[in-house]
Amino acid sequence: MSVAMPLPDQTVLARRERIVAALRDIVPGEGVIAAEREMRPYETDGLTAYRQLPMVVVLPETTQQVSRILAFCHAEGIKVVPRGAGTSLSGGALPLSDGVLLGMAKFNRIREIDFANRLAVVEPGVTNLAVTQAVEHAGFYYAPDPSSQIACTIGGNVAENSGGVHCLKYGMTTNNLLGCELVLMTGEVVRLGGKHLDAGGYDLLGVVTGSVGLLGVVTEITVRILKKPDGARAVLIGFASSEDAGQCVGKVIGAGIIPAGMEMMDRPAIRAAEEFVHAGYPLDVDALLIVEVDGPRAEVDHLIMRLEVIAHSCRAVTCRASRSEEERLLFWAGRKAAFPAVGRISPDYYCMDGTIPRARLPQVLKRMRELSETYGLAVANVFHAGDGNLHPLILYDANRPGELERTEKFGADILRLCVEVGGVLTGEHGVGVEKRDLMPVMFSEADLNQQQRIKCAFDDKGLLNPGKVFPTLHRCAELGRMHVHAGRVAFPDIPRF
Amino acid sequence: MSDTLRPRDAKDVEAAVQSALAEGKTMEIVGHGSKRAIGRPAQSDLTLDLSTLSGVTLYEPQELVLSAKAGTPLAEIEALLAAKDQQLAFEPMNCAAIFGGAAGPGTIGGALAANVSGPRRIKSGAARDHFLGVCAVSGRGETFKSGGRVVKNVTGYDLCKLMAGSWGTLAVMTELTIKVLPRPETEQTLLIRGLEPGQAITAMTAAMGSSCDVSGAAHLPAEVAVRVPAGEIAGGAITALRLEGFSPSVAERMRMLEALMRPFGELASTDETISRRFWAAIRDVAPFAAEGPAPPALEDERALWRVSTAPSRGAEFAAIIANAAHVHIFYDWAGGLIWLALDPSHDAGAALIRGAVAATGGHATLIRAPPSVRAAIEVFPPQDPSVAALTKRVKDSFDPRGVLNPGRMWAGV
Repeated sequence: MSVAMPLPDQTVLARRERIVAALRDIVPGEGVIAAEREMRPYETDGLTAYRQLPMVVVLPETTQQVSRILAFCHAEGIKVVPRGAGTSLSGGALPLSDGVLLGMAKFNRIREIDFANRLAVVEPGVTNLAVTQAVEHAGFYYAPDPSSQIACTIGGNVAENSGGVHCLKYGMTTNNLLGCELVLMTGEVVRLGGKHLDAGGYDLLGVVTGSVGLLGVVTEITVRILKKPDGARAVLIGFASSEDAGQCVGKVIGAGIIPAGMEMMDRPAIRAAEEFVHAGYPLDVDALLIVEVDGPRAEVDHLIMRLEVIAHSCRAVTCRASRSEEERLLFWAGRKAAFPAVGRISPDYYCMDGTIPRARLPQVLKRMRELSETYGLAVANVFHAGDGNLHPLILYDANRPGELERTEKFGADILRLCVEVGGVLTGEHGVGVEKRDLMPVMFSEADLNQQQRIKCAFDDKGLLNPGKVFPTLHRCAELGRMHVHAGRVAFPDIPRF
Repeated sequence: MSDTLRPRDAKDVEAAVQSALAEGKTMEIVGHGSKRAIGRPAQSDLTLDLSTLSGVTLYEPQELVLSAKAGTPLAEIEALLAAKDQQLAFEPMNCAAIFGGAAGPGTIGGALAANVSGPRRIKSGAARDHFLGVCAVSGRGETFKSGGRVVKNVTGYDLCKLMAGSWGTLAVMTELTIKVLPRPETEQTLLIRGLEPGQAITAMTAAMGSSCDVSGAAHLPAEVAVRVPAGEIAGGAITALRLEGFSPSVAERMRMLEALMRPFGELASTDETISRRFWAAIRDVAPFAAEGPAPPALEDERALWRVSTAPSRGAEFAAIIANAAHVHIFYDWAGGLIWLALDPSHDAGAALIRGAVAATGGHATLIRAPPSVRAAIEVFPPQDPSVAALTKRVKDSFDPRGVLNPGRMWAGV
């Protein structure tokens, strides 16, 4: 795969030795990595098709070091790419050949757990799962649960606004943050939010969340933690068609039930998952729903009963409610292993991430089957049915000439289709570099210019993670220019009173 | 009296901002004007009245999504949702009580621009958490959109978050898309009588730290509790905990919550009707209403402040103020949201309140005070120099000429 990145600045590359030495002054010891072999692990993230060695890797341990690194790079005009655990599926942490790769892995401490205020203060390199592990002895957990939660970091979650299977009920990262310490490209350290709810002024934390590290480097994060529900049960429902399954999802929500999770799989995904983990999935159905409800026993049992009634009214072919915690986990085992399961049946797969208005699912699946035939590539679908987030997995073989390029074209067609039916390019994996050039499918030039003006407000020289998210880079001075036609009274016919 | 423009559609809004830019004029953005008295008083050359920009453009209950033009009455949206057993989960407040006016609950654009959220904030999130997509005209006179109509979306920066709570200082929103949620089948409220604020916060912390899924937690000292329009629950301080959901679930959680709260004090519970009235009163800050059956100690035009702090610091915050001034206080958000009514003074008690916020963390906004006071002091929370500079740059990125609601939040923004 190839994507055009900003042209390397030769004047920066020519100063490489001096830059490395200056970084060593800021981060002594082994915190600066400049040998090619040792930088190799940083050349890619979760989107492994894109690879690029950075100019140098630096692993700071304190906010002050981050501030000094950024201030130095700002003064010297050096690009910086921040990185958490490198699990981005969209190339958000792809290095630049003339850029400093700022690895935040050493920020790995949990600074404070405050059960009374139901929050935890953590450093950005702490993994998502580690937050839950640190509070679960008291029956609490951190709600966003991206499937990479064992490895991905909170800092990366903030950058990507990560979701997970439970975000229909419990929200994405942005809905579970209280505050952060942010270092701007100038080296300035700002505090946004705190232990209280809501911003007192502009919700700057809200725009930083999901900004793919283009606005600042987060060095501390305050997250909300929640008490674990008393229990959970899941029901496994098979349908003869995706239309029936889609109708069932609509009826569940129409009945006022917001499940903790509601996942759909299509026939190829069901088959791959069942053959891999033997979760007991029915193989003679076209669509399978896993619906989970949580809460106190009385609520869970009441809702399971209602779900069964709704399922049967939607012509469910099979319907099984979990009778034990083991069975519930088994229902999920297949879904959670869907990606590796597909990996077993195909040499390579490419995971897409569009979101659609749920009612358009049958239409989107039908069109996807047609595209699958046109491109001669199979596709399996897993779907966060509650919130319309679709993960088509395109099966391909990178060793066959041309197949990767065909896969990318197929993927782009799927995302265009998502936008066409009223959806969006990415639900949770981020734009990164992967979907950067598709942004104009969804946004006009004016939309993108306004977004880039925000970027300018945070990073006037455009040095932080350039080449991600925006297909065209503009200078801030150019974006800031006003075009006012002095003296012209436009549309003078607006009613005035 | 400034010139008032009434746009018929989004194109007119764009034209209006462009003409203001061309003429070098400033513009106040107004819906129903229900929150017009909040913020620094500013003299604008023009008024852009969005109340004509009204109507729900999309409502798909099964998709949990609704789009409406910015000037759509909140009451119209809430009635439409109620007919499908749905609601705005962030429980936007009706400011009519505190300002004593007849402006009603206002518009959807106003609710989102002010990011107002009621008691359910602690469980379901703020207005901003339900804000999915926006169409707006920047102070540059350019129409832009952000977000979409789906709940899960990370495509580009989330400008909806910036719009929420920006009080019309960045852009004129013309159409908004919001997430709506099912209305709970039923609700009940557990009352604990006679607690001191510190004990009440301990009790609310225990409730919030349980799996009872509490969706409202408020404490009203005795002198405020008598102002709640639900007669039979008055008499002494009350600490109230709301449970919402399906009947069997509410019943089971009520049993759990009663067991948990019994050690704290005498318990009582309310039925659904009283519970709804009680939480509407908390949402609308009815105890500090400007008009109504007021005991002599709580006449109108007292300064009203809204403070957000860490819940565990709530009682400490209130104690600092109470030691120094004659004040009435009640607590929402399990102690994290404090409403204070102070006797009128030249600075509405700002020095005292800002000092207390500095001690406990959080932020305070002056919600009600005469224009002369609001012109003299900071109404919105003062910011650190670095955050203030960033705020100004963000403002400039949308509205470099300062056309839209200039100075409403801070001078120069």
